[in-house]
Amino acid sequence: MKLWLVTLRLALRSLQRNPLRSGLTSLGVIVGVGAVISMVSLGQGARAALQEQIASVGTNMVMVFPGTTTTAGARGGWGSAKRLTVDDARAIERQVQGLHGVSYHRRDVAQVQAGGANWTTSIWGVPPGYASVREWPVTAGEFITQSQNDTAAKVCVLGATVAGMLFGEGVDPVGATIRVKDVPFQVIGLLKAKGQSAYGQDQDDAVFIPFTTAERKVLGTKSLGTVDMIQASVASAAEEPYAIEQITDLLRQRRRIQPGQDDDFGIRTVAEMAAAADSMARVMSNLLLAIASISLLVGGIGIMNILLVSVTERTREIGIRMAVGAKARHILAQFLCEAVALSALGGVAGIAVGVGVSHVISQVSGWPTLVSPLAVVGSFLFSAAVGVFFGFYPARKASRLNPIAALRHD
Amino acid sequence: MKTAVILTRELTRVYQAGDVAVHALRGVDLRIDAGEYVAVMGPSGCGKSTLMNTLGCLDSPSGGTYELLGQDVSRLSGDELATVRNRTLGFVFQDFNLLPRTTAVENVELPLLYGTTPPAEQHARARAALARVGLGGREASTPTQLSGGQQQRVAIARALVTEPALLLADEPTGNLDSQTSIDILALLREQHARGLTIVMVTHDNEVGAQAERILLMRDGQVVEDRRQTPRTATA
Repeated sequence: MKLWLVTLRLALRSLQRNPLRSGLTSLGVIVGVGAVISMVSLGQGARAALQEQIASVGTNMVMVFPGTTTTAGARGGWGSAKRLTVDDARAIERQVQGLHGVSYHRRDVAQVQAGGANWTTSIWGVPPGYASVREWPVTAGEFITQSQNDTAAKVCVLGATVAGMLFGEGVDPVGATIRVKDVPFQVIGLLKAKGQSAYGQDQDDAVFIPFTTAERKVLGTKSLGTVDMIQASVASAAEEPYAIEQITDLLRQRRRIQPGQDDDFGIRTVAEMAAAADSMARVMSNLLLAIASISLLVGGIGIMNILLVSVTERTREIGIRMAVGAKARHILAQFLCEAVALSALGGVAGIAVGVGVSHVISQVSGWPTLVSPLAVVGSFLFSAAVGVFFGFYPARKASRLNPIAALRHD
Repeated sequence: MKTAVILTRELTRVYQAGDVAVHALRGVDLRIDAGEYVAVMGPSGCGKSTLMNTLGCLDSPSGGTYELLGQDVSRLSGDELATVRNRTLGFVFQDFNLLPRTTAVENVELPLLYGTTPPAEQHARARAALARVGLGGREASTPTQLSGGQQQRVAIARALVTEPALLLADEPTGNLDSQTSIDILALLREQHARGLTIVMVTHDNEVGAQAERILLMRDGQVVEDRRQTPRTATA
């Protein structure tokens, strides 16, 4: 115990005598730890943001697409397969067990105008239940009602981005009139901001109108009764596989797909998307971590280099210590302690740098960062371990010096 | 009968310098009793440094035995020798061998760090040792702030701080001017007068004249063992 205190004091004292060299030696570890912390923070932040975005689509959501989204081989792509219909959605709602709700949409891009302002955005034709399936509340007014849908009323609910573009931030647009493809619509509601989707789309850049209005008055009557996508919210994650099975069976039956033939529709779940996106983010953050770890390793080599120089320089000191009774392990402990002190102090400074850099990154670029305590503790321990690992060889070299030769060394 | 501090029998030391075996010690039989003041003299290459290193437990003999205070130390391991050096021996070197950029009191404390003295007492003992060599008040000076003579005094304080049974001095005045040498020799005599056993290597007859006994070495052997009445060196 006492020996450790003494060697620690000795080590710190000898580092103090050469502050510039100690600082430069630690710099490698500072940069390494700083890089590890900031890269891990960036990766963790990206993952957390991704999870949040995916959850914003709606939890336990199953999405049904027409066409060839999941099958291999030469298929015709979009439009070649039979489109999904409102009747498909209704059949799913009626016959599939364990669903909270079913919704669907048709979507097109169009210009909207209000007063002098205009904005090109997505127009979504949706049934009244859409908002509850997407778990998307309004902050002002109300969502589309059943009667508005039945009568193909010219009303719309705005996403936050569109409202901002047409009316300015913070202005309540409810009651105003906007023109969608030159058709006047009354604004009846404003949706809560939801942010980006997992694919980087701004989900708030949207105008929602009743489904019937959309197909009859805005998007054209050519493919009446068809939808771009059906969404079903499942009561719990556990019931998801069973719900998917039922939906698949039902749609195969309705679309008269023979046994052995591939589905001409695709089903995806949010959980699936989340897992895919997460594994991608994980690969990215591991890659960043690996690159950052290399710089920590380089820092360790720097420590070893300086320690070797220091052992040579201080050969006579080692000889003096041995002459007055220092054992090999005292010398070993002293140099090892110096290495660990260098790398651990570098580690502490590196943590500060890493946290600071993470902060700056998120301030400047707007990327989310999340400083993880595990990364902080982990990289500190790792930097100390780097000190032990790279300090051991020079320390052992010092401890094995012959006292007579060391005393005569110039 | 007095206790033998040093008792060697047929002490030999052979170095391998390339292909050539160098016989630095060729059978040294030596007995030095407590309270003696011995000067080892001889031309360079006669083996006096090797003898000093061996007596100082910095080196192990190739053959023969060496008993220090009755303990056979000729076959001890490196760590065991370190313990012997720490507890039993004090060294004074020609070029002082103080730690640079380290204060006098820290230099003197050095042997205590590796010993069994409680940390609380180390500082006080180091200060006392500095006072004993006449450097009370210079505790905080670093070697560069001290004259050669003062540096050698710090080194002597470092050797004395553990209360060793034997002080080994290797050309202790070799790097000092004559007046400073006289002061340092007087200091060593003072310590001898207090009962310290001293073995000193020198090639300087004036310095050797300080001792009560002269061992003359040539070609790795003690060729003359003479007792004399010490005289005080004068400038």
